[in-house]
Amino acid sequence: MSRREAGGASRPIRVLVAKPGLDGHDRGAIVIARALRDAGMEVIYTGLRQTPEQIARAAVEEDVDVVALSSLSGAHDTLFPRVVAELRRVGLDDRLIIGGGIIPAEDVPRLKEAGIAACFGPGTPTSEVVDYIRRAVGRPAKPKGL
Amino acid sequence: MYRKEELEAVSRARAAWEKRVLARALERVPEQRERFATHSGLEVRRLYTPEDVAGLDYCRDLGFPGEYPFTRGVQPTMYRARPWTMRQYAGFGSAEETNRRFRYLLEQGQTGLSVAFDLPTQVGYDSDHPMAEGEVGKVGVAIDSLEDVERLFDRIPLDQVSTSMTINSPAAVLLAMVVAVAEKQGVDPSSLAGTVQNDILKEYVARGTYIFPPRPSVRLVTDVFAWCSEHLPRWNAISISGYHMREAGATAVQEIAFTLANAIAYVEAARQAGLDVDAIGPRLSFFFAAQIDILEEVAKFRAARRLWARIMRERFGARDPRSWMLRFHTQTAGVSLTAQQPENNIVRTALEALAAVLGGTQSLHTNSMDEALALPSEKAVRVALRTQQILAHETNVGQTIDPLGGSYFIEALTDRLEEEAQAYLARIDGMGGAVAAIERGFFQDEIQREAYAHQLALERGDRIVVGVNAYQVAEEPPTAILRPDPAVAREQAGRLEALRARRDGEKVRAALERLGQAAAGDQNLMPPILEAVRAYATLGEICDTLRQAFGEYRAAAI
Repeated sequence: MSRREAGGASRPIRVLVAKPGLDGHDRGAIVIARALRDAGMEVIYTGLRQTPEQIARAAVEEDVDVVALSSLSGAHDTLFPRVVAELRRVGLDDRLIIGGGIIPAEDVPRLKEAGIAACFGPGTPTSEVVDYIRRAVGRPAKPKGL
Repeated sequence: MYRKEELEAVSRARAAWEKRVLARALERVPEQRERFATHSGLEVRRLYTPEDVAGLDYCRDLGFPGEYPFTRGVQPTMYRARPWTMRQYAGFGSAEETNRRFRYLLEQGQTGLSVAFDLPTQVGYDSDHPMAEGEVGKVGVAIDSLEDVERLFDRIPLDQVSTSMTINSPAAVLLAMVVAVAEKQGVDPSSLAGTVQNDILKEYVARGTYIFPPRPSVRLVTDVFAWCSEHLPRWNAISISGYHMREAGATAVQEIAFTLANAIAYVEAARQAGLDVDAIGPRLSFFFAAQIDILEEVAKFRAARRLWARIMRERFGARDPRSWMLRFHTQTAGVSLTAQQPENNIVRTALEALAAVLGGTQSLHTNSMDEALALPSEKAVRVALRTQQILAHETNVGQTIDPLGGSYFIEALTDRLEEEAQAYLARIDGMGGAVAAIERGFFQDEIQREAYAHQLALERGDRIVVGVNAYQVAEEPPTAILRPDPAVAREQAGRLEALRARRDGEKVRAALERLGQAAAGDQNLMPPILEAVRAYATLGEICDTLRQAFGEYRAAAI
């Protein structure tokens, strides 16, 4: 039994903040990680330069509810969908996956289609991200196959 | 600066003013807040008077431009002789695409080039490496071998245009490629003017394009110093950068302190490698941010200049006045740009550029209004360059040197910034210097704390950013976003394949083997890197050879 099942609703929300690709700008990722921690969540930050495979492995090992991806290099269009695919491959197809960074508005529909639930751009208050995650994780999981 | 009687008179007059005039005004309309502070949190008082600069000794602390301690500027005539170099950081997609943007910028009156490399190039992977997926040509130009650099500088005379390259971990390799291209253009390398960033220490703190662990990386840095001092007399062997640390959240004080701490570490490493401080001192250059708190920034540039001059002369015993000079490039603050109402960014950038010029910068990059959204479009880049041209030709701010020098406030703030930075430097010395401080995460922790405090101040409304947490409007989706050609990764892979088939494989193998041997020993790595570059070894092959010798750096998860 995973901690997710064992802990039930009372366990704090666990979040993996991850930097896929080669981008080294992690001010945003670090600020978000601190804000989520201050909001009572358990946060693991992967550090820079993670492959989609490494991110999926960390998500399994840390048994997280949420994977928050950050990229400011323009590689989101390739790498975010790759991370979603890897998470599905390792069986984490019911986790909330969100993105942040320099992501042009016109890319967002495609990312949503690929499984990124929401994208948060520059200037987003951290409280907005906190509220979003609480609402989304609090929601009952969709039955599989829908 | 003042006689004792004068100061006493000012002091009496101030006390009287406070009692008669100020107290009544405060009673009628109280001030907006109890404490006013700079962007970096230093308290700003209501008024500054001669009392605040009573300890200032003009000749000792300010002096004259072009003379120690260079507080007022590094050149005797500054912008009266010629304006700062207008140098826009540019690069995306393939070498051909970037070459077109360069030639466009030169036609528009830009006076120097600044090359942005894509991330695979910056961390030493060829475009066809699995780690390069999704990143090829995105934040800069993709460079895999000498061939690409030949295309990058096609029809750009390297003896007439100075070139700056934002490249750190593989700086030696890209420098070797430029030297090889110059030779092919028939240009004597000794006439090359330009800069390699080559500042690896700040990459562990912010920005993150490291490859090797800190200590072998510093050896590569000093190998470049040594080689440049012998072969490239007009080339800046390093651009010691506070910019990225500031962008990551550092205050102005931390920007000065951490940059100069890194600079001290490089000078010490160079001395340990047997180089004379005056052989390398004149080829050290610096790179700072211009944030939007204009007056604090002007004081920061002045304080950094004075402090570095004192460090080089007093701590390191440098004798050549050129070793004492802190020459610097400035970029306006990327983090101050907003995705909301992006046109406002033109104004922010103009004000920051003004701060850089009032602070005596040697060269300047102005950000484009759309950079919080995507790569800058050609139009946005043109407006950014025009901003500099307006400053240079219309405002007259460059007519007199250090025009804010002598302001009670600016001088008091310059002193304060220097003192605070010195206090940090003493702490860093106590930890065993910058390398040790970075290895234990000191710079990183200090900067992250400030970044988070800044975010909280925004969310509480203690700090206003127009369009973000005040004066919002319904945003219209941006149009005309620049996207690098997605075919570039495929094209680069095709070129690599053709190159590997065409070149003399035996020559490449032998060159890489010699490089590997040199890396295991302690000889200067520039000559074997040049040999490998000339044989058309790829950037990835050269960096892999060094990875084998040096190992790779991995930052810890937190």
